Amino acid sequence: MELPTLATTRLTSPRSWRLPRTRLTPLARREARQGYLFISPWIVGFLAFTAVPMLATLAFTFFNFTLSQEEPLRFVGLDNYARLAGDARVWASLANTFKFAAVWLPVSIVVPFLLALGLNSKYLLGSSLMRTLLFAPYVVPFVAGVLVWNAMLGEDGWIANVLRFLGNPSPPVWLFDTTWIYPGLVLIGIWGIGAGVIINLAGLRGIPTELYEAARIDGAGFWGQLRNVTIPMMSPIIFYTLILGVIDVLQYFLVPLVLKNGTGEPGGTTLFYNLNLYQTFFTFQELSYGATMAWLLFGIALLVTVILFWLSRRFVFYAGQR
Amino acid sequence: MSAFATAAQSRPVRPSRGPRPEVVIRRAILTVAMSAAVIAFLSPLAYSGFMSLKTEQQISDPNAPILPSDSRTFDYQGETYDVYYVPMPDGATRELALVKKGRTQSDFIDPADTGAGTITWQGSWRTLSQPWQVNPQWSNYAEVWNQIDFPRLLFNTVAIALIGTLGTVLSCTLVAYGFARFRFPGRGLLFTLLLATIFLPGAVTLIPTYTIFVKLGWVGTWLPLLVPAFFANAYDVFLIRQYLMTIPRDLDEAAAIDGASAFRILRSVILPQAWPVIIAVSIFSFVYSWNDFFGPLIYLAGHEDIQPLQVGLSHFNGIYHTKANLIQAANIMTLLIPVLIFAMFQRVFTRGIVITGVEK
Repeated sequence: MELPTLATTRLTSPRSWRLPRTRLTPLARREARQGYLFISPWIVGFLAFTAVPMLATLAFTFFNFTLSQEEPLRFVGLDNYARLAGDARVWASLANTFKFAAVWLPVSIVVPFLLALGLNSKYLLGSSLMRTLLFAPYVVPFVAGVLVWNAMLGEDGWIANVLRFLGNPSPPVWLFDTTWIYPGLVLIGIWGIGAGVIINLAGLRGIPTELYEAARIDGAGFWGQLRNVTIPMMSPIIFYTLILGVIDVLQYFLVPLVLKNGTGEPGGTTLFYNLNLYQTFFTFQELSYGATMAWLLFGIALLVTVILFWLSRRFVFYAGQR
Repeated sequence: MSAFATAAQSRPVRPSRGPRPEVVIRRAILTVAMSAAVIAFLSPLAYSGFMSLKTEQQISDPNAPILPSDSRTFDYQGETYDVYYVPMPDGATRELALVKKGRTQSDFIDPADTGAGTITWQGSWRTLSQPWQVNPQWSNYAEVWNQIDFPRLLFNTVAIALIGTLGTVLSCTLVAYGFARFRFPGRGLLFTLLLATIFLPGAVTLIPTYTIFVKLGWVGTWLPLLVPAFFANAYDVFLIRQYLMTIPRDLDEAAAIDGASAFRILRSVILPQAWPVIIAVSIFSFVYSWNDFFGPLIYLAGHEDIQPLQVGLSHFNGIYHTKANLIQAANIMTLLIPVLIFAMFQRVFTRGIVITGVEK
């Protein structure tokens, strides 16, 4: 029995949410009680670490909490939101996050897809070894990976040396140049796409071969099959990776935090929204203002997710579902 | 032997079952292109490995080869001289030690035949190249081991990962069993809610959670990292639940008729059939915990004795960022164990990733 993976599970199907209308029999009540008992660790955890903190974060936004609380605690209404609206640093950091997302997201979707396409080809020799090797950097601890790349992208790193060898006498100093910093961060990010490759590959292998045969009989070549069979059949996976990618990139800041120690160098380009948020909280210890920034981030993430789910009804094809 | 002879003598005919030329060409192009991609992808690991075995001087010398190497030297009459490749007037190239540097002519000595005395060579010694010999500096690793109290960091990392894994496996198995085998009002909604937490940005829960942990006195201990693990997470519940759905219900129904309790059924019927997914979740959880950076960074800041490797590594980078060789040695030491675990269990990894689509 093959069950849907997370990528192919439709999260927005309200049919499964329907509650039974009839009264439960004693036996069914016993079963229900046991069911609740078994899922209770998650329910407790969900309340303690997700639901209540989320609401508390919202509540914080209307007060003047700080960690030291030098001023008396009071209700400040929408003051934090007003401050947010006029905070140039917040909007600059949000703009950085969006700019980086615009560079990163297409790469994070297309590169794993192309690599998976290559791995899935019948013409490739040594496919399973290559799959393993492409996945390996994914398990490299984050800080180690970032520091490896810090050297790799350095002035005497291999990337610069290869570019010099190819005839570029002054290759970019990736991590110290406001133009090249985002491409540099994208290169670092590509190191972690192993999981994306595996997910895409599994999706490609799940496409029924009859579809390709039918397409070939209709005269479709490589491009025709890619456009009319592969991409539509892969759309749930592409959609899933896109949604998770958006959520991730909105929170992006750990790589530049390790590289630049939170300074935002070069030229403020790595002052991402989440870095700003965590500095507001940890460095300046402004709980309420940090909470307000967190809710703005949550609001943006929710808005983007809702828009993507809405678009998915038109562009994503779930086989076996209408 | 005779069969070979016959084959060689017969007219060369392309075997009818062999691949057509265009297939061979496609194969060659794709395999070469993908191999290049794989090599480029893994080259940072090689770069880091080589760099971790170099001296600082080897790193800063632009002429030094890729492998960790020293230029060869020769000790003569109490002095150390560099060895160079010297082209001789007769066209041969000899390896000679440079004893007296000059602008237009220099004096060399042959390390193999010092009795022959100095050889004077016409030309600028600066144009000569040096022979290199591979000389990995394993002592870099020993130095890092001592500088950062590696055994302590390793112990912390493993302990946090093991306890967290135990909590994850226990709680996620119970919750997944609940979702997979029992009907209760709101099950679909709760399951969707569970999966929806995957899409929740962590920032929106962090501030109150951190504040509460401060008030409880948990910041500066492992508790903020370990306790949440005992309350299940969406990815692993989903992974186990999907697996349990594939186990036929016949056996647990038979056990239920015999009067076995739900917990007994889980222990004696379900778990013996579910060990592949339990192992998968354990390995995932272990590596995830090993690679977690942000949690230990914020909750263990300033408590060096209880920090895991990654936080120690980040500190080490802050202090020793000019010593690239030591940084890379520390990197290799940090990444070795997860990469080895992956090498051993790569099938388990890929299978789990396919089901959950983990992109963390």
